[in-house]
Amino acid sequence: MSILGTRVVRTEDPRLLTAGGTYTDDLRLPELAGALRVTFVRSPVAHAGISGIDVKEALDSPGVVAVLTAADADDLPASDGRPATEPLLASDRVRYVGEPVAIVLTEDGYQGEDAAELVSVDYEPLPAVVGVDAALAGTSLLFPEAGSNVVRSGGGPAPDGAFDGCDVVVERTFPNQRVAPVPLEVRAAAATWADGRLTLWASTQNAQQARDQVAGALGLDASSVRVITPDVGGGFGAKIATDRDTIVVAWAARRLGRPLRWVETRNENLLGMVHGRAQQHTIRIGGSRDGRILAYHLDIVQDCGAYPRFGLFLPTLTQLMASGVYDLPYCGSSFQVVVTSTTPISAYRGAGRPEATAAIERAVDLFAAEIGLDPAEVRRRNLVPPDAFPYTTPGGAVYDTGEYAAALDKVLAAAGYPELRAEQARRRERAEVVQLGIGVSCYVEITAGDYSGGETSRLVVDGTGAATVYTGSSPHGQGHATAYAMLVTSELGIPMDRITVRHGDTDEIPRGVGTYGSRSLQLGGSAVHQAAVEVREQARGLAAGLLEASEADLELDLGRGTWQVRGDPDTALSWAAVAGQAGPAGLAADVDFKPASPTFPFGAHVAVAEVDTETGKATLIRHVTVDDAGRVLNPVLAEGQRHGGIAQGVAQALLEEVRYDPDGNPLTGTLADYATITATELPSFELVGMETPTTVNPLGVKGIGEAGTIGATPAALSAVVDAVAHLGVRHIDMPATPLRVWTAIREARS
Amino acid sequence: MDRDQGGSLVNVTMTVNGAEVAADVEDRTLLVHFLREAAGLTATNVGCDTTSCGACTVLLDGESVKSCTVLAAQADGHDVVTAEGLAMRGAGEAGGGELHPVQRAFRREHGLQCGFCTPGMVLASVSLLQENPQPTEAQVRMGLEGNLCRCTGYHNIVRAVLAAAAELAAEPGEPGEPDAAALAAGPAEVAP
Amino acid sequence: MIPAPFTYCRAASVDEALALVAEHGDEAKFLAGGHSLLPLMKLRLAQPEVLIDLAPLRELSYIRDAPGHVAIGALTRHHDLEHSALLAQAVPLLAHAAGQVGDPQIRHRGTLGGSLAHGDPASDLPAVILALDATLVARGPSGDREIAAAGFFQGLFETALEPDELLVEVRVPKPAGAGWSFQKFTKRAIDWAIVGVAVQGTSVALVNMASTPVRASAVERALASGAAPRDAAAHAADGTSPVEDINATPDYREHLARILTGRALEEAATRAG
Repeated sequence: MSILGTRVVRTEDPRLLTAGGTYTDDLRLPELAGALRVTFVRSPVAHAGISGIDVKEALDSPGVVAVLTAADADDLPASDGRPATEPLLASDRVRYVGEPVAIVLTEDGYQGEDAAELVSVDYEPLPAVVGVDAALAGTSLLFPEAGSNVVRSGGGPAPDGAFDGCDVVVERTFPNQRVAPVPLEVRAAAATWADGRLTLWASTQNAQQARDQVAGALGLDASSVRVITPDVGGGFGAKIATDRDTIVVAWAARRLGRPLRWVETRNENLLGMVHGRAQQHTIRIGGSRDGRILAYHLDIVQDCGAYPRFGLFLPTLTQLMASGVYDLPYCGSSFQVVVTSTTPISAYRGAGRPEATAAIERAVDLFAAEIGLDPAEVRRRNLVPPDAFPYTTPGGAVYDTGEYAAALDKVLAAAGYPELRAEQARRRERAEVVQLGIGVSCYVEITAGDYSGGETSRLVVDGTGAATVYTGSSPHGQGHATAYAMLVTSELGIPMDRITVRHGDTDEIPRGVGTYGSRSLQLGGSAVHQAAVEVREQARGLAAGLLEASEADLELDLGRGTWQVRGDPDTALSWAAVAGQAGPAGLAADVDFKPASPTFPFGAHVAVAEVDTETGKATLIRHVTVDDAGRVLNPVLAEGQRHGGIAQGVAQALLEEVRYDPDGNPLTGTLADYATITATELPSFELVGMETPTTVNPLGVKGIGEAGTIGATPAALSAVVDAVAHLGVRHIDMPATPLRVWTAIREARS
Repeated sequence: MDRDQGGSLVNVTMTVNGAEVAADVEDRTLLVHFLREAAGLTATNVGCDTTSCGACTVLLDGESVKSCTVLAAQADGHDVVTAEGLAMRGAGEAGGGELHPVQRAFRREHGLQCGFCTPGMVLASVSLLQENPQPTEAQVRMGLEGNLCRCTGYHNIVRAVLAAAAELAAEPGEPGEPDAAALAAGPAEVAP
Repeated sequence: MIPAPFTYCRAASVDEALALVAEHGDEAKFLAGGHSLLPLMKLRLAQPEVLIDLAPLRELSYIRDAPGHVAIGALTRHHDLEHSALLAQAVPLLAHAAGQVGDPQIRHRGTLGGSLAHGDPASDLPAVILALDATLVARGPSGDREIAAAGFFQGLFETALEPDELLVEVRVPKPAGAGWSFQKFTKRAIDWAIVGVAVQGTSVALVNMASTPVRASAVERALASGAAPRDAAAHAADGTSPVEDINATPDYREHLARILTGRALEEAATRAG
């Protein structure tokens, strides 16, 4: 029986449990001996000109070796001069609280915090721009030379007549609010410059992309930069490649010619690491009273923060997935991207697709409420049918495989949907204080969206019979080492404990894309699988020679990990023997796996919430899911990804929100104020299994990393709204905090 | 070393994972930094600035504390256990090698992904089980309210703690009581 | 993330603690569990130049049965209050509320005296002490002074303690009746109370409804004149001045105060049997 599909505990864990991981700030390498500590000086104001920076007092502070500002960055390639280009250190203008302005280099970290307070920056305040409305109004421009705060737009309004023939049309505007990724490990980096070469250790999801970014920013050839990825304590999209703070550390290491280390504080992380989501949605949905949706239009205003980073492209992904799991006669979308004097926006678990799902699921619920039909039933009546795949959406996505109705049926059955509705009815009838709400969501999402980049894998089996995988993917909790070892052992029969998986060092693995977009198993895993197949066939040839038999007469005994003439175990050859025959380097295969398309996992969630109608407090009491990402390689890992995804999705629906005051001052700059979800706000989850393989890759797998989040947010929000729908509430903005729920009840009653 | 800004140095000596660690440090040195630097034990992590996340949790005189909100000087003369010290001495082994029952349970139940919250989470769990050997799920969740995890959604962490509780209850000793030796057995000597 | 530099010293006795604080004046702060003070210092919102660690004063950690009251040493930790058999029997409101403070790690360090001396109206125990009509004992250069809870909390982070005084004991009268309740309303269990209500008999005190913990006197008067719990609770917000923050508007806090007071009174009545 193959190990694939079985529950395998992780090979990573013994080390992580007993010694703790080695995260970037844990490094105690000889190359970093005597490293100075970098402390950033950051803007305390949201929007201001800088008229002067005085570093004299800081230079006199104990332990200070240097203070660097943009004025010292005369060794960098000239910027292209386009408006909205983001500098490394701010020179004449700051555009968000937390924007880096200077760095202080000290003997130890405590001194750095003392000295950073002494750097004196003269700010000339400018009007802040907070929120998309303020950005669109354009009274204050972040980049005056650009003439507008709108940095990109696309799509268009629904054509005339698109909503003709609809019995019912519902329109609503609501936020998909800004959230903070909050990986437990904040950003950190260490850098050395020696012999014309930069070595950068960074908490990143993509070492090769980070290398290229750093090289470009510093005017270096990529071969002059080595990026090494230590253990990474969570990324969620916020640690893709690298960012200006890390590049500053690299630059300063070259400038000073001394090793440097940097780790930010959590406050810096909440202000200086990218935020996620931050879209405003206006939905228009129309259909007939029997539940058929005829038309849907989504308008997006994307707040991309002070500088356009990946936030510029998120709406394109939202547009692509706008129609979700539904077969819609008309589906259109439009978007604008605006800059505001806030932290830049980038990818965060789902990156544009949770937004699409949240919008259409909210729209479907509003439509269902308007026509008075059960929201699960309305969904069922509009799902893309199972015989329609591959299915091309109005947004241009080609869904590979899907069984949307089956997923919905399964989750409703697992949740006991009729019983839940009955309990809800009983509580409503008795006008109980604590009401029950049921939220249903159906979703589909795109994984390996950047499929054309593919992923690399090198596999080596050496003369001892041990195997080493060199993968371009870059785990930060996902368990790739275990998953890829399972793939190798399933093809070659080499035991798991003789398989090592290496990643994240650009000298060892010069070509790779890294991990985001739920791509790693389908791309990285397929590459590993293919490399294993190639190694196996190389070995077959060599074994045939050694055994003086024809290849057709040989078999690989996977249980023993030996080659032999079929049926004759006395001829067994070990992998060591065969690999030794290949020469000193052993057996090796290099694969660059490039599929023809992305894949589209899908699912359905049911969230059950209790709402205290006197206080407005919502409690999630059950969360039941189907998340179908094709074949499941290791249920342990898949479940873990689903759990983590659900938690972050629920968190956005009920608790988390980055907030600024009208002057652009952050109100949620600590973990005391930013309400990351804890164990007490979540129940144990109920996961239902479902596997609809894809034909896009040989493993039949799609991506699971973000799916849980995408399905969870709309279901959880919907459950809260549903709990108080009988009181006249149709909608509550996310996050559905007690204040918002109470306000909605009060407004509905008045 | 020159310190002319009003701070001074203090000699701090404490037992960490069974071994004495002594150093002269700034008075304001946080215990978590003492452990990571002076004691050279980096499993204990810093995750926040506001005593919110629990990644820095260690056992101080056997009880869970957030080491970012304890001065090293306050731990002078006291006993600290970090994740590195939790691994049990295996039978006949000179140093730690065998996972503590709680660590074993975390592995079996996939209660860790990126691992950053894990040392603190495991020690908070050990302390929780010491004080409440047979917790309900709700008590486990409440008992871990001070420990954030961003990867696991807590589901498997809760399973791990409940599994560890069951295992500890089933071990030889007083029926229904945790094996005190298992929980508090001499921590492995881990060289700093 | 780390405090500004300071000098750390340790008091071996209460007298030495008083001598040290007399010597350093307002540049010095006492350090008990450190879980109110150190978080402020780490954010550099407080920058005392001298910290006087009271940890060696084990003689200030106790929970003792006394005639008519329970005497609690100021350095008694929340954890010990929470798990005290004596308190569970004699003053269950305090035992229960202590178990709501922060999280288990915080409760292993934080002390009753430290929490009360810090004077944060959003903390749980000041309102509880107020509802219990406790007496706080402060020791200064000229000896001990008793301060009624009603006069102890004077403003935001301001108490009746003089700079040269150390809180040494809290005397909690043993309640006559069995009715008590503590309603702590939060978004997440780990959060500070958005609003909280402590009820002991017919004494009602509010968490986070003003710059100090306050007694809901209008509620108490209504109860005294025979009003039913929910009717009395309608007055919970009278005389309060709740703030607006990211979690609540003043309106919402007033509403919560009314709802939670009603629930607390009903729960207390059920307990009283």
